[in-house]
Amino acid sequence: MLLQSAGTGAEVLAHPLAGTVAWWMWLIPLLPFLGFVANGLLSLLPGYFAGPEDPSHDPDAGHLQPGDAGYSGPPPLDKWQRISTIVGPLVVGLSFLISIAVFLAARAPGMLEVPFIQTYWAWMPAGDLRIDWAFQLDQLSMVMILVVTGISFLIHLFSIGYMKGDSGYSRYFSYLNLFVFFMLVLVMGSSYPVLFVGWEGVGLCSYLLIGFWFDTKANSDAGKKAFIVNRIGDFGFMVAMFLIFANLGALDFAGVERAVAAMEPGQSAVITAICIFIFLGCAGKSAQMPLYIWLPDAMAGPTPVSALIHAATMVTAGVYLVARAGILFALSPTASLLIVLVGAMTAFFAATIGLKQWDIKKVLAYSTVSQLGYMFVAVGAGAYTAGIFHLTTHAFFKALLFLGAGSVIHSMHHAYHKANIDDDAQDMRNMGGLGSAMPWTRATMWVATLAISGIPLFSGFFSKDEILTGVFMRANQGLIAESTFLGISGSVFMYVVYGVSLLTAFLTAIYMTRLMRYTFHGPSRLPTSAREHMHEAPWIMTGPLVVLAVLSAVGGWLNLPSIMRLGPAHVLENWLEPVVGRATLMLGGGSMPAIEHSTEWMLVGIAIAVAVAGVAVAWIRLDPARLVPKAMSPAEHGVQAVLANKYYVDEGIDRALVQPTVTFSRRLLWRGLDMGIIDGLMVNGTAYLARGLSWVGSRMQSGNVGSYAWVLVFGVLLLLSLVILR
Amino acid sequence: MIAQALFFSAILFTIGVIGVLTRRNAIMIFLSVELMLNAVNLSLVALSRLHGVVTGQVFVVFTMTVAAAEAAVGLAIIIAVFRHFRTVDLENINLLKG
Repeated sequence: MLLQSAGTGAEVLAHPLAGTVAWWMWLIPLLPFLGFVANGLLSLLPGYFAGPEDPSHDPDAGHLQPGDAGYSGPPPLDKWQRISTIVGPLVVGLSFLISIAVFLAARAPGMLEVPFIQTYWAWMPAGDLRIDWAFQLDQLSMVMILVVTGISFLIHLFSIGYMKGDSGYSRYFSYLNLFVFFMLVLVMGSSYPVLFVGWEGVGLCSYLLIGFWFDTKANSDAGKKAFIVNRIGDFGFMVAMFLIFANLGALDFAGVERAVAAMEPGQSAVITAICIFIFLGCAGKSAQMPLYIWLPDAMAGPTPVSALIHAATMVTAGVYLVARAGILFALSPTASLLIVLVGAMTAFFAATIGLKQWDIKKVLAYSTVSQLGYMFVAVGAGAYTAGIFHLTTHAFFKALLFLGAGSVIHSMHHAYHKANIDDDAQDMRNMGGLGSAMPWTRATMWVATLAISGIPLFSGFFSKDEILTGVFMRANQGLIAESTFLGISGSVFMYVVYGVSLLTAFLTAIYMTRLMRYTFHGPSRLPTSAREHMHEAPWIMTGPLVVLAVLSAVGGWLNLPSIMRLGPAHVLENWLEPVVGRATLMLGGGSMPAIEHSTEWMLVGIAIAVAVAGVAVAWIRLDPARLVPKAMSPAEHGVQAVLANKYYVDEGIDRALVQPTVTFSRRLLWRGLDMGIIDGLMVNGTAYLARGLSWVGSRMQSGNVGSYAWVLVFGVLLLLSLVILR
Repeated sequence: MIAQALFFSAILFTIGVIGVLTRRNAIMIFLSVELMLNAVNLSLVALSRLHGVVTGQVFVVFTMTVAAAEAAVGLAIIIAVFRHFRTVDLENINLLKG
């Protein structure tokens, strides 16, 4: 294969990993790609019949399914579906196993002092520009590879149960495999363009999977919305790449790092521009203000997709990119501060919306936006490790929450279906007391809820605490604190951000407890006929939940703070140090930001108090017994209505951007330009001109031989006179 | 002598052209065309004599052969036109009008 060229360069041969199992790392993305091809071909096979719709989006919950008495529709899926059941998860599982093997090889001392780069072929050799198709293995991409393949594998398993019987079963797995492939290209690419291929690819898969049930217009609209909003961000990323090449002369990570090695922070306006454009890309992909609007709508896809793409992996690509380009951001404290501010604003803003959502997936969607804001606060502040740490723990507990929600929706829909009821299977007002029927789902989701709320010893507690501490300590030391923005000192901003982040943590605890309390506790608001049909999900679905619950509970041990003495401290930080250490140091003003132990304990205490208070307030103040099913619920008023309607942001954008664009397009572009100029002037105009000219020409064709003879003679005389008089 | 012949040929040709241009009757136009042909024949013979080569005279024989054939075809067409339109006045025959 093309891999023959790998290892030809002397530098690669010299790399200690070249002879080990890490040489096989190209298999990690290739396997899911093969899975995509296999499942894609399977999905094209005839014999796929219209199956039952998605449980969460079935407008006609009462319809009959194969196996029901009186069912007269097409037969259930044929035997080919079993191949997808095996191939889909298997390729990702194998990728995960290879990743673990590579990790075990790479963690030996001295193995990854420099990144292990495999060059496969020259992708764009053009003049000074030389971009190789190359994958890079370093500490950061290793973490991402493990998270992506591991979580993806669990979600593939869950999908077997969730998507069972769907008409697009193989298509679903082929998209999911393709997503894993592109995500791995994203995290393994050794240059910005290769990363961008993965970046665009995951966007494509996101679009495909959001609009998976494309026969409902709202779903395909949501897919388009995600695609278009992401395009705005991608534009920023591309401009950033052009700027990087024009000013730094290289596009691979190592080359960029070499090019900026001699620069001093805060000196170059070009670097700031590059950073801001990169962040625009990140804001699109990772749903930050103002480009977050697509993510809540992305819940139109199958719930495992929401778990994988719109919570655990793809949306964290922006965080990964900022950490990857950390050396650039460290050179521009202004851009870093901007990221912190946008992240904090997004975190708070989304958390408030999450307070009043009734759709169980919408709560989780806004929670995701909010937690992504948290990660950007961390990577913006220069606490790159904290950002990646929160990315990892968030992947655990948010995947778990979404899968749990999927399990709930699955059962709700099943019960509605059995009882022949047509109602919203995702609205929490229709649930209540599900815990008795679904003990596993309830228990695992509680673990995730406690983790995301920041209850001590759960994973989210450690990662969130590290972000809060990181922000606090950078408020009075380091380059961001010394910089000014809009005439205000960065230090002030950082203290404000710390406060806002604490408040967000409080709100997070409230809305998550609210979700759990309304869904699993209190009296059941299901109709009695449906109540008896509620049941726990099959083991193929609860199994991944349990694994994720364990990870959510103990994930904090990845990076313990040194003051707590619960085990080896700063494992992740030490691991990531070769990649992000220099940027952290530079943004810290030449030294690692540090803090007194007493202060750190105080900060931990505050964080715990806020989290516990949030859970307690929500538990005490919210009474599920007062809720009534959605159909009977009164309309919201005042602030509640504003929150429930997401601050009317979508309506505002519709009014301010979409409608004017539509009007402009219709009036000027369509009626004026298209119909007027192109159709009228260009197309019809050409025809009118030809017709007019030919009318003139046809007048000369009198049909009278005599007149032709006159013309002929005069022509001859004219030519003769020209020849003679010349 | 040659000069007079060429001058005569030019006059004949001009008469033929004027005839083609001014007459409306197809027969008359046809005859005028014959006149032009013969004017050219005459000039060919004269120039052949002037240059002392026989090529021009050989051409004249060819021209006369072609003219005979053309006269037959042309007259046949005129007869066909007359049968169809009951006239040979070309003013009235303008079916190819654009």
